Amino acid sequence: MPEPLSSAQVRRIATLARLDIADADVEALRADLSAVLGYMDRLKTLDLKDVEPLAHVGRYTNRFRDDEPGQTIDTETAMNLAPKTDPPFFSVPKVIDGSGGGA
Amino acid sequence: MTADQPTPDQPSTAVEIARAVRGKQLKATAVTAAALERAKAQNPALNAFLHLFQDRAMSAAAAVDSRIESGEADSLPLAGVPIAIKDNICLGPDLREKGDSRGYGGPTTCGSRILEHYHAPFTATAAQRLIDAGAILIGKTNMDEFAMGSSTEHSAFGPTRNPHDHSRVPGGSSGGSAAAVAAGITPVALGSDTGGSIRQPAAFCGLVGVKPTYGRISRYGLVAYASSLDQIGPLAANVTDAAAILDIICGDDPLDSTAAPRFAPDLTSGLDKPVENLVIGVPLQARSDANHPAVAAALDAAIEKYKAMGAEIIDIDLPLLDHAVAAYYIVAPAEASSNLARYDGIRYGRRAELSNKAALADVYTRSRAEGFGKEVQRRIMLGTHVLSSGYYDAYYNTALQVRAKLLAEFTAAFEPPAACHAILMPATPGPAFRIGEKTTDPLAMYLEDIYTVAVNLAGLPALTMPASTADIDGAKLPIGVQLIGRPFEESTLLRTARMLEMV
Repeated sequence: MPEPLSSAQVRRIATLARLDIADADVEALRADLSAVLGYMDRLKTLDLKDVEPLAHVGRYTNRFRDDEPGQTIDTETAMNLAPKTDPPFFSVPKVIDGSGGGA
Repeated sequence: MTADQPTPDQPSTAVEIARAVRGKQLKATAVTAAALERAKAQNPALNAFLHLFQDRAMSAAAAVDSRIESGEADSLPLAGVPIAIKDNICLGPDLREKGDSRGYGGPTTCGSRILEHYHAPFTATAAQRLIDAGAILIGKTNMDEFAMGSSTEHSAFGPTRNPHDHSRVPGGSSGGSAAAVAAGITPVALGSDTGGSIRQPAAFCGLVGVKPTYGRISRYGLVAYASSLDQIGPLAANVTDAAAILDIICGDDPLDSTAAPRFAPDLTSGLDKPVENLVIGVPLQARSDANHPAVAAALDAAIEKYKAMGAEIIDIDLPLLDHAVAAYYIVAPAEASSNLARYDGIRYGRRAELSNKAALADVYTRSRAEGFGKEVQRRIMLGTHVLSSGYYDAYYNTALQVRAKLLAEFTAAFEPPAACHAILMPATPGPAFRIGEKTTDPLAMYLEDIYTVAVNLAGLPALTMPASTADIDGAKLPIGVQLIGRPFEESTLLRTARMLEMV
């Protein structure tokens, strides 16, 4: 497993995670994440050859239910939860420019 | 324990309250009013509750009383029992009812600024089953933000204090629920346990806390942290009350495809019947030198009590227990980074105020940066990193392999020749720590979970229960022990716990 994270790596992770982190917080995050990842190095010592990874303990087959209409959340309720709306739509900043170039 | 407890002639356990209300010796309205009074009196010191259902709880109690009057006691097994609900369990309007009395509603904040004004439009199955059984939900309890923490210090709404010593944490993340029960405000509470978040606060507060087998209780309406690990469960003052709650909330649910399609056993009847030829395994790894002396002594005392009851105590070897924290803090943040991607400031939750020129990506990144606290951001980043290209195999896949081997180690302990009915070990390495003691060192906080996280990775049922008290710096602090059971054998697990409780 790799050495401590660099500041550039921390910024890249934040970008991937869609988090706008302040410059002042980068060093603390770098130190904290490096310490935790360093602790995880202990897993390197284990013999895990041929062990199938286990993502979930529930070993159930897919479960289907009848496709019957039931009570659900209506548009008005959903709109009321949203911070910015133009009913019956959620409102977001423009993502397509006017030149027809697409998103 | 503090003042404002029910007086000795008033029933104080969930089972006693339900019996008295159903038998018309006690009104649900009186029980509810008293619980709300206790909550209001004690909350300024404890910060256990984020929200109280003053009016809703009283009208729900009045409805229970009138149903009892009209002879419906048999369909209300938890009639009038006041319950506190962790604030990551959604309570919305009851879509089946019309008019004013449509369910509880109210905020579901998850201890986070990002959900500060969120009102869930649906109700969690576990909570709905309690409501249907006649229980009265009196409020929502404080928690580490998104259940990420072991102290309830990572709540956006301030820490909760341990009723046994206000300078100490109640544990976490279900710290508000634990404090509410330990202070005698409600006899029982619901929490959720992803890596110990029911069991560790129960241990710190002198309670019984149960994390059932993965799939035993529907997760519908539980705000997701790490979906392959999360389970709802009860915190109670005794094993019998915990069993009574589990009897109501366990079971399959068409709204959660991971709920186990299995018959949920009746845990209450037969609870007092000792397990015959009981075999208890004690992991060598549980006798760590890092344990506080009071924890080691509590474990030894529990072993001696079981021996005196005729149980066979055997040493078992679970080498991967020492690696469970490392695996857990890969798996849980990985799932969290994915689950929490839904908080984008668009459909619900907090949205950052930005200029009209801001791009969509800015709405995402600013809303999340403003809405999530430091620990949540840390875990999202940790999870993002271990899943990212070039690191996935070294971290995430390795952790899943450890998870598989860990489960195999547990399974071996439960199968012949060891054939343990239960595994006994500490709940936590030490007693409740002081507020602020571990907040500056995330890794030190993670290591608090050393005895609890393995259970979630393996999906097993487990509980912690009070074993002793220790005099520490002038305070009498509870020390817990933990029992881990075979998958879906909550009945044996609770009976084993009841044996220790009755000694």
